[in-house]
Amino acid sequence: MLGRLNFEALVHDPITMGGIVAGILAILAVVALMTYFKRWNWLWKEWLTSLDPKKIGIMYIVVATLMLLRGLADAVMMRVQQATSVGDAHGIVSSDTFQQVFSAHGTIMIFFVAMGFMFGIINLILPLQIGSRDVAFPFLNSVSFWLFIAGALLINVSLVVGEFAAAGWLAYPPLSELKYSPGVGVDYWIWSLQIAGLGSLLSGINFFVTILKMRAPGMSLMKMPIFAWSVLCAMFLVAFAFPILTATLGMLSLDRLMGMHFFTAEGGGNPMMYINLIWAWGHPEVYILILPAFGIFSEVVATFSGKRLFGYKSMVLALISITFLSFVVWLHHFFTMGAGADVNAFFGIMTMVIAIPTGVKVFNWLFTMYRGRVRFTTPMMWFLGFVMTFTIGGMTGVLMSLPAIDFQVHNSLFLVAHFHNMIIGGVLFGYFAGIAYWFPKVTGFRLNERLGKYAFWCWVSGFLLAFMPLYALGMMGATRRLDHYEASMGWQWLFIVAAVGVAVICVGVAFQILQIVVSTLPSQRRSRLDLTGDPWNGRTLEWSTASPAPVYNFAVIPTVTDRDAFWASKQAIVDTKLKAVTQKYSDITLPRNTAMGIYIAGFAGVAGFALIWHIWWLAVVGVLGVITCIILRASDEDTEYTIPAAEVSRIETEFFAVRSQL
Amino acid sequence: MAQLDDKHQSQDSQPDSADAAGHGSIRSYTIGFVLSIALTLEAFILVLNHSFSHPVVLVLILIMAVVQLLVQLFFFLHLDRAAKAPWNIIVLLCMGVVISIVVFGSLWIMQNLNYHMLSPAETEKYMQKNEDL
Repeated sequence: MLGRLNFEALVHDPITMGGIVAGILAILAVVALMTYFKRWNWLWKEWLTSLDPKKIGIMYIVVATLMLLRGLADAVMMRVQQATSVGDAHGIVSSDTFQQVFSAHGTIMIFFVAMGFMFGIINLILPLQIGSRDVAFPFLNSVSFWLFIAGALLINVSLVVGEFAAAGWLAYPPLSELKYSPGVGVDYWIWSLQIAGLGSLLSGINFFVTILKMRAPGMSLMKMPIFAWSVLCAMFLVAFAFPILTATLGMLSLDRLMGMHFFTAEGGGNPMMYINLIWAWGHPEVYILILPAFGIFSEVVATFSGKRLFGYKSMVLALISITFLSFVVWLHHFFTMGAGADVNAFFGIMTMVIAIPTGVKVFNWLFTMYRGRVRFTTPMMWFLGFVMTFTIGGMTGVLMSLPAIDFQVHNSLFLVAHFHNMIIGGVLFGYFAGIAYWFPKVTGFRLNERLGKYAFWCWVSGFLLAFMPLYALGMMGATRRLDHYEASMGWQWLFIVAAVGVAVICVGVAFQILQIVVSTLPSQRRSRLDLTGDPWNGRTLEWSTASPAPVYNFAVIPTVTDRDAFWASKQAIVDTKLKAVTQKYSDITLPRNTAMGIYIAGFAGVAGFALIWHIWWLAVVGVLGVITCIILRASDEDTEYTIPAAEVSRIETEFFAVRSQL
Repeated sequence: MAQLDDKHQSQDSQPDSADAAGHGSIRSYTIGFVLSIALTLEAFILVLNHSFSHPVVLVLILIMAVVQLLVQLFFFLHLDRAAKAPWNIIVLLCMGVVISIVVFGSLWIMQNLNYHMLSPAETEKYMQKNEDL
């Protein structure tokens, strides 16, 4: 009846138990607060069932932030373990728990933090930036988001019920095969990624179509803001790379569930094929994360330098070449697997070639700042920090693209330092810049700059403290995923420095949370309200509408004649009051709220849980539920509502009245 | 500035009204569905029956996989009408490029790995057979 599930699944070691109790208490506290303030109905109607991409974007970012805290807790545990587990001392967690911790850290940070922030920011800004009222498929957008939530829930359920994978964030076979990982850990990993990955694929298609089909009249591709270009390239990669992940995970689960032999050494399978396939997805994935960050920096640097972006065409060309090249470098993740010099040399050279378009972008950003009137706001600080850390990471990357050097540092902490350099110093800083930059557009007020800068300095110095020692340790021969080493290696002091670095990063995160809390306080908020809709003197269309943007984004869809559309219109139209008076509005049709996305993802999550624990009847219920919900939604004709022209006129007149008084 | 064109009003269901004509009928979907099922079952039957030699079965399965790919493109994704939408052709071409990179790249890599990881006895056999040594 309950498959493999029994009471033993709930027994854990003390540290995990502590985490579970804290987690459950936090959930209970939130539930109690929500009930006390009678906010459940509001939450359901205004947020959970909403199809407004701005609200879905905020929900993505909230969840990604929570997952960031979970992943950060894992990181702290790893750093404490490695700093203390020397010689006779054995640190704070057992070897087995340590393996689960680093597997969970990698999986959560990539799939639920980086991807969550990325889709969140895209949802918030992309439709606004291309002058559209919505995404191409609003309901699909909600389904994608809830599938992402279902995956995130499964990964957190594994903490309480059963265990998580102990096979690393990419679960290489043969370790991840039934023979060596008989427990439910790898199954949790497979199904949470499978469900969240499906959501990502749907989102990818959705935004790709949105950019191609829903741009404002006059906005040709070469007049599109660079952020929209970067999203177009990233979503292309999502649409073409995620099916590889789905197929590979599918084959691994067939191996585990049905005794097949795709990746086992016996029965004609080949574990090397898994590594080959997972990186054929995995390398484009890295660029899926970084390209939107590049786009954000392009917007930030142009706005805060008060200049048009330098080398727009070369930026677009660089994005397109990175997109293509990202599909032909995947072997550099397994140079040491045994391929010959010819194959290794080909992929090594391809990897080095990627540094060229990336370098073009860095120089373009620097030239945009050159002779500009640079304002050192928080987003700009993140950009400057990024240029430094990303260049270090890029250089170590080019170093490792030489197969001969890679043979020395493969699977060492040097590699760990390198990819954290790219993902923290590149991806995460980019998203932080994006959140600080677009925060007023979403909420209507700016964030506290002082606390933002404290957070920035903590992050940058903490990052350098935490990861520069790892480069040295890697050179000294420390391998990744090490839970114990001998004192005679002389590594401990470097590990202690790294642990201090993580502590500094934690302070940075605390400042970020404090920044949001303080900025939201009514007294603080009043002084930083954005009544104009354009707090930074921006250049692109999202700044032409009110802050927070009205539900329909644009009362009148703008016509674009120039690359920096809003900048051009600011030069042309001097008297905005006149514009408000003469404006004629029409009715606006928008998609109605629906809970169907929640139900579909809910059934998908149930099916995933059932497959993990081999509860077959429940899996059938889950799959049938998904299909039924899709049919119900497809036969629902009443999915839209209309905002009458008078209401649009009222909202817009109010906004223009406030703006004209400034 | 009343650019409230149709495109933005009916963005929920079909982002481009030109595509609407390309949606198939129940009949075309059923044909596609039955063909896909038949091609998949046929592959299973070929393996279970052992009626052909191993290499022949591999080639036949490969052919059926490609045929199924085309069936799905034609009946489910309606790419027979691609001529009307340039983006369909561009995306289709990109798909071709990506698939060939992954398929031929994987074949190249795996073949190379196999070659370098033969046991000494296998290496000797391979060299006698293929390299006239």
